[in-house]
Amino acid sequence: MNSRDAILSKFPPLSGVGRAPVVSPLPRPLGVGDLAAEFTARAAALQSTVERVAALDDVPTAIAAYLARLGLAPQLVCWPGLAALPWSNAGLNAVARPAEDRDLVGVTQCFAAIAETGTLMMCSGRDTPAVTSLLPETHIAVVPIERLVGTLEAGFAALRRELGQPPRAVNLVSGPSRTGDIEQTITLGAHGPYRMHILLIDGAAAGTGGAL
Amino acid sequence: MRAESLEFSAAARANLKKPALQQSLARIPIKFVRGRTDAAAAFGDFEALRDAGQAIRDAVLANLGHWLTEFERAAEARGVTVHWARDADEACRIVAEIARAGGVRTAVKSKSMVTEEIGLNAALGAAGVEVVETDLGEYVIQLANERPSHIVAPIIHKNRDEVADLFEAHHARDRQDPAWRDDIAGLCREAREVLRPKFLQADMGISGANFLIAETGSAMIVTNEGNGRLCTTLPRIHVAITGIEKVVPTLDDAATLLRLLTRSATGQPISNYVSLLTGPRDMGAAEGPEAMHVVLLDNGRAELLADEKLRPMLRCIRCGACMNHCPVYQSIGGHPYGWVYPGPMGSVLTPHFLGLEAAPDLPNAATLCGQCEVACPVKIPLPDMLRTLRERQVEAQIKGWRERMAYRIWGWLALRPRLYRPMARVGAWLLNIVADDGQLSWLPGGWTTGRTFPAPAGETFQQRVARQRAQADWEAR
Repeated sequence: MNSRDAILSKFPPLSGVGRAPVVSPLPRPLGVGDLAAEFTARAAALQSTVERVAALDDVPTAIAAYLARLGLAPQLVCWPGLAALPWSNAGLNAVARPAEDRDLVGVTQCFAAIAETGTLMMCSGRDTPAVTSLLPETHIAVVPIERLVGTLEAGFAALRRELGQPPRAVNLVSGPSRTGDIEQTITLGAHGPYRMHILLIDGAAAGTGGAL
Repeated sequence: MRAESLEFSAAARANLKKPALQQSLARIPIKFVRGRTDAAAAFGDFEALRDAGQAIRDAVLANLGHWLTEFERAAEARGVTVHWARDADEACRIVAEIARAGGVRTAVKSKSMVTEEIGLNAALGAAGVEVVETDLGEYVIQLANERPSHIVAPIIHKNRDEVADLFEAHHARDRQDPAWRDDIAGLCREAREVLRPKFLQADMGISGANFLIAETGSAMIVTNEGNGRLCTTLPRIHVAITGIEKVVPTLDDAATLLRLLTRSATGQPISNYVSLLTGPRDMGAAEGPEAMHVVLLDNGRAELLADEKLRPMLRCIRCGACMNHCPVYQSIGGHPYGWVYPGPMGSVLTPHFLGLEAAPDLPNAATLCGQCEVACPVKIPLPDMLRTLRERQVEAQIKGWRERMAYRIWGWLALRPRLYRPMARVGAWLLNIVADDGQLSWLPGGWTTGRTFPAPAGETFQQRVARQRAQADWEAR
């Protein structure tokens, strides 16, 4: 008998095949205000910074101001979906390619943003490389307000509805990377970004928001 | 992995006398216990969430074979190679073979207790693969050649000075400012700088999986540092190893359990990174592993499933709340438990995995105060299970000779009421005489080293029953 069958043969007989009984309604965290307000509050609690921007075309100016505030060089790599933005008008040198180790600022979109925890749902793909939100020290995400959902389950529902199945990697990202391993002292920038800035785009014509 | 659970008492005693360790352990109630309490309160109906979590885990365990084969089918449909391992040796052989076939020379590893359980690093080392731990705590553990003392916070027993000593010994760096040793953020940055090239060069990434999703064939990995993402994105081979109990039916079930896991572990509403990994790289993408393997480890879990009394242990989602809330763990730390899993959950798992006789002290290393069960996100009745193990110790006759002798003498007396009654009377009377203000300050066996013991009330149970009966008879007349 191979190991698979040996292990399966040890289980007690099936007590009827079925899915888990759903406890109804499923308990969810207490909400605060509307989706945008809740998302902003939850994201801030996890050390993300959130900025409201009127339209997608205003993104480069907002990013230029953000980088200048932090004293960071006006240089970034971005997802191809953002390549056509007026970067140079804002004085930014933007390159549309997956991030590499040396890149300091990565700009991405996201598949959905989850208000419950202030989380970005990022789907990997040819045009949505995961490394861009991971390798650089600063991650900036462009989030059209219509991509906001309430809960994790709503995010998964959007995944099933729009993509059918999850891509190779779905990364739920909630703030800059952190560790508390030394003396339980929270330190940002463990292996991923030190800081995470989210631009919430109000305009209805903000495009697909990276929904592949 | 080498077990030292036989030396529990001596190790616990020694740890009580280490001031630096005691200082480190004092952070547990402040950080973890308070964090969980606050997070549960902020959630709202956390009790309902615990009930839902328990229901999901119980439903999975009732049909574990079904959900595992569902997971296998979905994962294989996405190009994942699924392996089944009966025990630690087989799991190590599988991973070593994947490494050999893939020409792997270096591997980066994200934190995984299952790989500690099977001793994977040593096995891969013997197969000529260099394995680098990348979780900051696990990396320090690897430098120190120790084992983690907590399943979530591996170096909770160390302070910044001890970490600095290790970095100084292992990292060649120009250190000008003597203040570097005190700078926790600086130590973290140093580890980041040392480990980043390892990620970029590694041939293989090894991770655990907090949940396996039957619906999609995905492995879900919950981390804060981002090392889990790096390990599963950059190397050309990804191997996820996890216990067979970790499967859940749907993504929505995982969402419920995730809400419980992070709040119970660290008080976070969610971890920084939750990665859902489903198969090798996307079509046309320039990133992601070319091959993804999932190793499903039994190693005694199927026996646990068949054990009516201990089965709820398989609900465990490895949050560490039971150890954080345990007064014994808070006093001695994790190392005295002697194996991979410390605290109350370890006191159940270690005797099961290694045998009752290999860990005789563990089921008794609890005050049965019940805090572990109160804090457990999936309501595992840990105190009941420790009691069950104590019963089994007696049945298997592996208690110490003193305890066995004492029970034998008591049993012999209890079967002889004519002898027992007068002896109990004399004993109670004697203890009352030596007691001070109704409290005994000296008893053999160490109970009274740090506290007193109440003296018997002066009347034995038999005497009281006889007296109350006589009184009732008199009143009835």
